[in-house]
Amino acid sequence: MKGNTMKVDYLARVEGEGALYVRFKGGQPAEVRFKIFEPPRFFEAFLRGRSYREAPDITARICGICPIAYQMSAAHAMEDAFGIKIEGPIRDLRRLIYCGEWIESHVLHVAMLHAPDFLGYEDAIQMARDHPQIVETALKLKKVGNDLVTLIGGREVHPINVRVGGFYKVPRRRDLQEIEEHLKWARDASIQLVKWTASLPTPEFEQDYEFVALRHPAEYPFNEGRLVSNKGLDIAIDEFEAHIVEDHVPYSNALHARIARRGAYMVGPLARFNLNFDKLSPLAQDVAKEVGVTAPCRNPFQSIVVRAIETLYACDEALRIIANYTMPDKPAVEVRPYAATGHGCTEAPRGILYHRYRVDEYGTILDAKIVPPTAQNQKSIEADLWSLVKAHADLPMEQLQWRCEQAIRNYDPCISCATHFLKMQVKWD
Amino acid sequence: MATTVVIGIGNPYRRDDGAGIAVVRRLRLLVPQDVEVVECPGDLTMLLDIWQGYSRVIVIDAMRSGRAAGEVMRFDASTQTLPANMRFSSTHAMGLNEILALAHTLHRLPRKLVLYGVEGRDFGEGECLSDEVAKAVDDVVCYILLDLKKGEGDA
Repeated sequence: MKGNTMKVDYLARVEGEGALYVRFKGGQPAEVRFKIFEPPRFFEAFLRGRSYREAPDITARICGICPIAYQMSAAHAMEDAFGIKIEGPIRDLRRLIYCGEWIESHVLHVAMLHAPDFLGYEDAIQMARDHPQIVETALKLKKVGNDLVTLIGGREVHPINVRVGGFYKVPRRRDLQEIEEHLKWARDASIQLVKWTASLPTPEFEQDYEFVALRHPAEYPFNEGRLVSNKGLDIAIDEFEAHIVEDHVPYSNALHARIARRGAYMVGPLARFNLNFDKLSPLAQDVAKEVGVTAPCRNPFQSIVVRAIETLYACDEALRIIANYTMPDKPAVEVRPYAATGHGCTEAPRGILYHRYRVDEYGTILDAKIVPPTAQNQKSIEADLWSLVKAHADLPMEQLQWRCEQAIRNYDPCISCATHFLKMQVKWD
Repeated sequence: MATTVVIGIGNPYRRDDGAGIAVVRRLRLLVPQDVEVVECPGDLTMLLDIWQGYSRVIVIDAMRSGRAAGEVMRFDASTQTLPANMRFSSTHAMGLNEILALAHTLHRLPRKLVLYGVEGRDFGEGECLSDEVAKAVDDVVCYILLDLKKGEGDA
């Protein structure tokens, strides 16, 4: 590599804005920093003094891409505080709306944000010129996800129908049946998406990650389970803060999460897939085996295939839920607030999203803590960049930068949950 | 079915980024019955579906292009290519500039498309618009009502 500095002011195709800084000394990387400037502390402060009822809708505003995740983690945390367990069709509807969010978020990332990296396009617009069918199919597939969220959530962005204890209004069986045909098409289209992503040229790169995800005895995780890892973590949600430590790093306002006494960990599709492969639907498992991507998968560049497999699973699971659905008598269970602390952790498209609230006897929020998935992945992103830069320091600057950006996108970082600009800066001493 | 849709874009929790949303919230009570008003605060690929079937589309979004705060640009995107200096603000991966280019590539631009850009000053977290942008929102509401009055041919 020629020259001693490489500077990129804006990293496109990530949700939101952040910064990357790389410094070389003697041809080797001496410093790699993935920066996030603004964690969602505004929302944590904003929640204080508000009613427990408002938490799902206020936190849903943090991100326009994954509002369901915020609503779900908030609702579960409040239900945990007040000793409520959601069962039956209301629980199923929560899984169903989450299916919609996974479909829309995953497809957007796979086809519009990440795939151009693998094919050498600057962006999805360039890719659409040569591969209009892929982009059109992705947009149509994504719309099925949007429609599912709209059907249950009331509207597609910032849905308003989720509440602590359940929903404000629940769909009738025939409302759900209207979307069945579209979901069947989407299931077939996502099989093709899995095959297409698996055919993309993938860099050889493996790391010894600690994967962290929810694990439930009976299902692929959305809303419930214990937090487990491939390196021995196995905890209840209320133990999260005893095992996950957040450090302040001087170059970033965001806290870097790590597992106490161990360090970096990865959350998201690859972690869920590796820890829950046996809980995927038979169809999703078969297609994964057919394309040769099975657990354990330690190549983060294959996360694009795993996202497509999870999209297929979400379509399959949505169809299963709709086939078995009976409308509940009431849209929500009764909630009686009392002074308590509650914890919630659900699987956002990008990985686990943790919420903790302390409320008084009237259900007024006294304090709140939110740990989004991207904050948890920061250390892993940095570790990947270290390894990549070390292994490819001889590459021309442009190619090295390309690979680094692609590696960041492996995590589908949603920095808009947390930050502003993603600037890339490389310095050579 | 309505033939015109007015779409406000932005994140109302990122101050001036929410200018487009502020405009359509005002317009909702003022537009004729046959005009649809839609808020689009998240992923903008949805625009391709939202405007499908409408013969006239008006879109309002915040800009981050180095102009003076509160400056308003009106642009007829059905007849001209978006100038490089009309840069819309985005808190997501694909902003309005990218979506317009994508729609053009896929031949999914509406027949008549008018864009309003409002230059923002403060894109930090919070709900209030800056004074300059709040005033510009008033202006844009008036401009759009005039557009609607003039009828389809002038859009």
